[in-house]
Amino acid sequence: MPQASLQFNEATARDPVRQVADAIRRRVLEHTLTNNGGYLSQACSSAEILATLYLRVMRLGPSTAPRVPRPFAGVPSATNPRAFTGADYNGPRAPELDRFIFSPVHYALVLYSLLIELGRLGPDALDEFNQDGSTVELIGAEHSPGHEVTAGSLAQAISQAGGIALARRLRGETGRVWVFMSDGEFQEGQTWEAFAALAHHRIGNLGVYVDANAQQCDGPMASVMTVEPLAERLRAFGAEVHEVEGHDPDALAAPAESTAPRNRPLVVIARTDPCRGIERLRERAPKLHYVRFKDGQEVETYQALLADLREGAK
Amino acid sequence: METIQRPHHGNLIRWAKDRPEVLVISADLTSSCEADGFRDAYPERFFSMGMAEQNMMGFAAGLAREGFTPFVHTFAVFICRRPFDQVAMSIAYPNLPVRLIGFLPGITTAGGVTHQAIDDIALMRLLPNLTVLECGDATDVESVLDVAQSVAGPVYVRMLRGEVPRLFDPAEPIALGRARVLSEGSDLAVLSSGICTEEAMRATQVLRERGFSIAHLHVSTLKPFADPRVIEAIDGARLGVVTMENHGIVGGLGSAVAELMAEQGFGKRLIRIGLRDTYAHGASRQYLMREYDLDAMALVRAVETLSGERLGLSEAALAEVRLETMRPLEKTEDL
Repeated sequence: MPQASLQFNEATARDPVRQVADAIRRRVLEHTLTNNGGYLSQACSSAEILATLYLRVMRLGPSTAPRVPRPFAGVPSATNPRAFTGADYNGPRAPELDRFIFSPVHYALVLYSLLIELGRLGPDALDEFNQDGSTVELIGAEHSPGHEVTAGSLAQAISQAGGIALARRLRGETGRVWVFMSDGEFQEGQTWEAFAALAHHRIGNLGVYVDANAQQCDGPMASVMTVEPLAERLRAFGAEVHEVEGHDPDALAAPAESTAPRNRPLVVIARTDPCRGIERLRERAPKLHYVRFKDGQEVETYQALLADLREGAK
Repeated sequence: METIQRPHHGNLIRWAKDRPEVLVISADLTSSCEADGFRDAYPERFFSMGMAEQNMMGFAAGLAREGFTPFVHTFAVFICRRPFDQVAMSIAYPNLPVRLIGFLPGITTAGGVTHQAIDDIALMRLLPNLTVLECGDATDVESVLDVAQSVAGPVYVRMLRGEVPRLFDPAEPIALGRARVLSEGSDLAVLSSGICTEEAMRATQVLRERGFSIAHLHVSTLKPFADPRVIEAIDGARLGVVTMENHGIVGGLGSAVAELMAEQGFGKRLIRIGLRDTYAHGASRQYLMREYDLDAMALVRAVETLSGERLGLSEAALAEVRLETMRPLEKTEDL
C-alpha cells in the first residue's frame, strides 16, 4: 500500500469525526446501490459537517427514542394523539441542552446513517428506509428519526428555528438551536426574511451550518442562480459568518467553540466537495443531485468501490 | 343599532392581560390590525416581523412548538395568499396552536383587489387541521379570542376592524361549531356569515312582512362544518336555501352548505350569494355590496327566484329598515 494512503488512514483512525464521516459515505453508497438511487453526493459533501455537529458542537443528551425506528403513526391532528416527532433521537429537551433543526431533508439518509454510527439508531434501522409505512422516509418529515420539523418545503426550517430560539430566549434557557442548511436554500426569499428577523431581534442563541456544495437539482448553482458572495451577503444581513473548509473537523468546530452569549446569529459556511471520498462521482458532474446508476456495469463499478472503501476502513 | 369603535383593539388588551403565553406578531400592519394597544401595553410580548409574512409564519410555528400561542395579525390576503405554503407546512401540518387573525375580509376595504380577501375562507378551509372562524359583529369580535384559544390546533379568524355594529347581545358569545339562530321558519333557510348577516337581517325583516317564514342563521364556524342547527334549518326549508357571504362563492360558506346538502341527501335548491367567480376593485363597501349583489336586495331577488313570486320591493323599502348608516369615513381608511 502506498505510504500516503497509509498516513491518511492513520489520521482517519485517530479522528472520530472523520471515521464517522467515512462510515456515513459507505452506508449511503450501500443504500444507493440497494435502492438504485439516492442522494449520494449530499453524503459526500455533508458527512463531516453533520458528524462535527453531533460529535463536537451540539450539547445533546442521549437518545430517548427506540433504536428500531417506530412505524408511521399518522399525521398530526386533533384526533391523533399518537403522532410524534423524531427529535427524541437527539435526546431530551432541557433548558441547558441544544436543539437540532434539520432543514434540507432530502439529506435524510445522511442523517439516518449518522444516527446509526452514533448508536442513536440501531444498525438495521435502514432496513426500513423508503419502505411503505415507515418513518425512515426518503425525504424526511418531522416523524423521521432525528427530525423535529417538517422542512421539505425548503427554507421553512430556518424561520421555525428562529421562533424556537426566540421562545427559548423568552424562557431564559441557555441551550442553543443549531440549524443545518444547504446552500440552495439561500435562493429562497424566506431565508433572507429569516436572517433579517434574526438580526433585528438579536437572536444569538441560533447557529447555522451550511453545506455549500454549490450543487442543486438542475446542476451547478452558478448556472442555475448564484447565491454568491454568500458570506458577504450574510454579513450584510447582520450575521456572524465563518467560511471554512467543510471536510476539516477542526475548522468546522472552531467557530462554535465559544459559548459566550452572542447577539446575532452565527453562520458557518462549509465549503464542500460533492464528490468527496467517492472520486468516481466526478464523471457524473454536473448532474449530482440524485444519483441513479445507468446500467449493470456502473452498478458493478460502484459495488467494487464500496468493497474497497470497506476494506480501507478495516 | 349600536356600533362599536375598534372593538378588537381594547378587547385584545383586556383579554391578553393575564395570559402570558399569548404573543402578538405582526407584519407592519400593527395599528391597521388594532394590535397597537397590545404592543404598547405588553411590549415584551409583541414582535414586529416586518413585511415578511413567510418568515413570520415560521417564527409563529416555532413559538407555538415551544408552548406560546402567537396571534398573527395582518390583513387576510397576506395570511392566506403569499405565505400559503408556510401556513400549510409550518403551521397546519404539525397542528400547532397559532392564531391567524386576518383583517379586511372581502369587500370591506376600499383598498382594491390586492387587499380584498375574497378567497381566504376557501384557502384556509381546505387545509387539514385548520379551524376557520368569521366574525359578523362586535360581540363576535369580543368573544372570538376565547373560542380560538380553546382549540388545540391552528385557527384562522376572519376579523372585523374599525366601526363594527353590535348585532348580538354581548351576553351571548360566539360559540365553536354553533350558528346563531336569528329566526326559525319553514319556507326558507338563510345562512349568512360575516358582514352579510346584517344585510340579510334587513331583507328578512321585510320578507317576513310579506309572509315568508324564514329560518335565518348566522354562521361563524366555517370549519368544522357539521352544526345540527344548520342541518335542521336546511331540512325544514320548503322552498330552498340561500347562503350569503362576503367571499367568492367557491370554497366558502356556499360551498360548505352545498357539500353538506349533497352529503345529507337534501334534494332542494340552493342559491349562493357572494362574489360570483370575480375579483372586485377599490370602492366603498356599500357601493361594492350593491355592485356585486351582496346586499339585502340580492337576498330579496334570491327569494323571488326560489318562491317564483315577484315581490315588487324597492331599494328604498329596504333602506327604510337599514340598521346602519354607511358613513363616508369608511372610504378614507388607513392601509
